[in-house]
Amino acid sequence: MTTLITPPRWLLAELTYACPLQCPYCSNPLDYANYKNELATDDWLRVLTQARQMGAVQLGFSGGEPLLRNDLTELVAHAKVLGYYSNLITSGYGLTEEKITQLKNAGLDHIQVSMQASSQELNDYLAGTSSFEDKKQVARWVKKQGYPMVLCVVLHRENIHQMADILAMAEELGADYLELANTQYYGWAHLNRDLLLPTKAQFIQAEALAQAFKEKVAGKMKVYYVVPDFYEDRPKACMNGWGTTFLTIAPDGVALPCHSARQLPGLECPNVKDFSIEAIWKESKAFNFFRGDEWMQEPCRSCDEKGKDFGGCHCQAYLLTGDMHQADPVCSKSPHHGVIQQAIDAAHNASRTEQPLVFRNSKNARLLSN
Amino acid sequence: MTLHPDLAITFSPLHRLQWEEAQQKYIILYPEGMVELNQSSAEILKCCNGERNVQHIIDELETKFATSGLAKDITAFLNVALENSWIQQKVD
Ligand code: SF4
Ligand code: SF4
Repeated sequence: MTTLITPPRWLLAELTYACPLQCPYCSNPLDYANYKNELATDDWLRVLTQARQMGAVQLGFSGGEPLLRNDLTELVAHAKVLGYYSNLITSGYGLTEEKITQLKNAGLDHIQVSMQASSQELNDYLAGTSSFEDKKQVARWVKKQGYPMVLCVVLHRENIHQMADILAMAEELGADYLELANTQYYGWAHLNRDLLLPTKAQFIQAEALAQAFKEKVAGKMKVYYVVPDFYEDRPKACMNGWGTTFLTIAPDGVALPCHSARQLPGLECPNVKDFSIEAIWKESKAFNFFRGDEWMQEPCRSCDEKGKDFGGCHCQAYLLTGDMHQADPVCSKSPHHGVIQQAIDAAHNASRTEQPLVFRNSKNARLLSN
Repeated sequence: MTLHPDLAITFSPLHRLQWEEAQQKYIILYPEGMVELNQSSAEILKCCNGERNVQHIIDELETKFATSGLAKDITAFLNVALENSWIQQKVD
């Protein structure tokens, strides 16, 4: 039986892995420094055109820090002509009011600014750069220029205790959308997991605050709360189903069914320099790999919930069990579910003095890939 | 939040209503999301131009489709749209 192929709807354009910040929970690959060959402007223009023709409409410019690409405005303008709804996903660091105006005139639809914490000290420590006041200023400019202002805070053990202050900051800055994203443990976050995973008690307390806030600001601010799946007993429906909705293009042109799929063995992810988006989406091995449910083993194969979560996240299965064909071990039906409790215990026992956070920078990337 | 009968209705400036050729559908776009609309919902939203109130929209659509009895469905949908912030009403 062949699985019906639906067109892509969301395109994530990771323009560069370069970034002035050093967040220890960054989802970029540990060996990002090895992918130096960034796509040329013409390649990106073609990718945008081809993906739009297939049906993609939500477009995120991300990275790394997309502001570091000096063709950003040109790409935004092209996206506008094509009818994308475009989003700049930025740390805000280095963004000037002039640039915000320029991007607005080019047709950018919204800007998502990320803050690392609600206090300058912690923000600057996590970002590895003094950036707190600059980022807040950027958030105000974004708002002033009439963009929907999306504030994003990634949550983990170092900042989750600041939840009340984070919510107050979102209100003060006039966020239209607030994304509270519990860390997902890929890339650098996986490496630093023992120091980043909050305890269940911390998480429950923070979630209660966030949910109460969500009700309080209903109609004024929309709050998206991404749960930490380690404390759930069913996995997230990763990417809304593999190869059904999301298309990520990495800085070097590799097309990925999910932004961390690059690490999965044997997928042979195709490059946009060699194939059209249509061929990649419909015919490539990588995009067909987990399409439908043919690939499933037990317990997923005979599970009556497989239409809901599609077996969860393959990258997580791979990172935690070594086998990407397994059920996501977050699922309590998985025979490997015990690794989740082990991770929670290991995090509970870890201390920053014995094992410091590894910041995401090219020095560490080099050390790690040797 | 409830729909005010006299106030004009505007489509939210923080959302976008757009025809999608690939899907042959209207959709609403906003940060981190999109909603696909059926034809009647799209027709209603297209009327939300900041000049018409609920009754004007009902009249407009009943005339356009040469029919009557649309009031209930249109009002129900506009309430949903307001709850989702797709439309706004402003007192000036
Ligand atoms: S998570 Fe931090 S380091 Fe990673 S790309 Fe974003 S801002 Fe840069
Ligand atoms: S067994 Fe597999 S399909 Fe069933 S709920 Fe768990 S992860 Fe999902």
